[in-house]
Amino acid sequence: MSRLIALSDAIAEYVRDGDSIYAAGFTHLIPFAAGHEIIRQKRRDLVLARATPDLIYDMMVGAGCARKVIFSYSGNPGVGSLRIVRAEIEAGRLEWEEYSHFAMITRLAAGAMGVPFLPMNATGAGDLERANPQFRRIRDPYSDGEVVTVPALHPDVAIVHAQRADADGNCHLWGILGEQREAAFAARKVILTAEEIVDPAVIRSDPNRTLIPGMVVSAVCHVPHCAHPSYTQGYYDRDNVFYLDWDKISADPARVQAWLGEWVYGVRDRDEYWKKLGPDAHDRLKIEPLWSEPVNYGKY
Amino acid sequence: MSIPAYTPSELMTVNAARLLRDQDAVFVGVGLPNLACNLARRTHAPNLVMIYESGVIGAQPARLPLSIGDPTLVSGALAVCSMYDIFAYYLQRGYISVGFMGGAQIDRFGNINATVIGDYRHPKVRLPGSGGSMEIAAWADRCYLLAPHQKRRFPEKCDFRTSAGFLDGRAAREAMRLRGGGPAAVVTDLGLLEPDETGELVLSAVHPGVDAEQARANTGWDLRVSPNLRATEAPSAVELQILRDFDPDRIYLDAGA
Repeated sequence: MSRLIALSDAIAEYVRDGDSIYAAGFTHLIPFAAGHEIIRQKRRDLVLARATPDLIYDMMVGAGCARKVIFSYSGNPGVGSLRIVRAEIEAGRLEWEEYSHFAMITRLAAGAMGVPFLPMNATGAGDLERANPQFRRIRDPYSDGEVVTVPALHPDVAIVHAQRADADGNCHLWGILGEQREAAFAARKVILTAEEIVDPAVIRSDPNRTLIPGMVVSAVCHVPHCAHPSYTQGYYDRDNVFYLDWDKISADPARVQAWLGEWVYGVRDRDEYWKKLGPDAHDRLKIEPLWSEPVNYGKY
Repeated sequence: MSIPAYTPSELMTVNAARLLRDQDAVFVGVGLPNLACNLARRTHAPNLVMIYESGVIGAQPARLPLSIGDPTLVSGALAVCSMYDIFAYYLQRGYISVGFMGGAQIDRFGNINATVIGDYRHPKVRLPGSGGSMEIAAWADRCYLLAPHQKRRFPEKCDFRTSAGFLDGRAAREAMRLRGGGPAAVVTDLGLLEPDETGELVLSAVHPGVDAEQARANTGWDLRVSPNLRATEAPSAVELQILRDFDPDRIYLDAGA
């Protein structure tokens, strides 16, 4: 049953004002193209959840899409602050809910597993637990110890990027796996983007690698270069230069609006965006292949 | 023999590397901790395993990673698992021997603030937040903290306690029965701080050319000096060469120069 549709149609159909969104990918496979499409379609009052908001949410907050962020680290990885998210929080214009990485991902795992909460061992720090009432403590029912709990997170929409998928949404992804699988199972709807749409036989050739099955996916979108300035392992590099440039752009609200005007509102889709980046950028982000050893599943 | 010139970052990194042991499983961040691990692996700790909170185990990056999710960490790594797995099966389960930490503030008992300056709900300055540090501080067998020795970075008490050092004292941490032992040392560009039996950070070593009064003047509490204060050995030419080979563009090694 083909779930293949255009990204613009998937966003129009599945992302509504006020929704909670989890755009997955820890540094890797971040679906920037979907974030940009959400901006183009002028969604408002979104609750944006990610471990690290990264530039994708900095841009969406800058575009006025969000009323709240849920996060566990609000830096520009390796560079410094996420300037827009930080400024909006400091100004009191953006609501937030804060966790550690493990607590955030445990929320998603609880959602993915269909349980109301999951426990973690105590960390002793205390202040974040006091600041965020979603952290609770309960007695271990089997001993005299205590554990910390966080409630399940069920995003209205998860957006997950993968290297390849068939038209049903069965996908292979590799490299840094992050929280992709947890997000896909926890969410109510899943938009899956893929660099390549492949024949089901390709997926069936390596079933251990099928981390997300089509049965949890609502829409499949063929979006080559979806992740830029993030990356897709094996396909293109992370644009570290862009992450550094954004540090300067995001320090000036006028430059942010100009950038959005040119690179989000001013392009129709990701294909046009990628083309606009130009051959020098394409060359800079190109990487040589490095294949793994194949595995022998055996002809049974 | 002349001592080679080195930057504060090189000084901290060499001292951090010396604290690592062969067979350590180290939870690494980018920057100086990453360089310290690479240096240790090339010198006295060839079996040290580098683990990143992005889910990478046994990374052998061919180029300098600019983030903990850099693709170079994956190529040639021993294993890559999900983030839930790395935090639950490795860190919470107790397989991590060392955690490297940094933060905007480190207080008298080695607690770290990476969250806010000022009130949490109406912050004067919003810092990035915990990331993995809240759990690393609690569950790694031992932690090393790296920071330039500046008074504003070493307050008596953190504005917000993102990660647990010895809390209000070693007894408080012990009462929490946390898996990990807490901060074993703070490496600064002036020397080393180590916790005493009460969990208070005490100046245990000074780097070449530094005297204890300099460290005390740059600390936000009345920093006690160990009666057995020692001098660290200057970074050797070999250590510096290995380090500089890992960061040829000096992206991290020149910071603080």
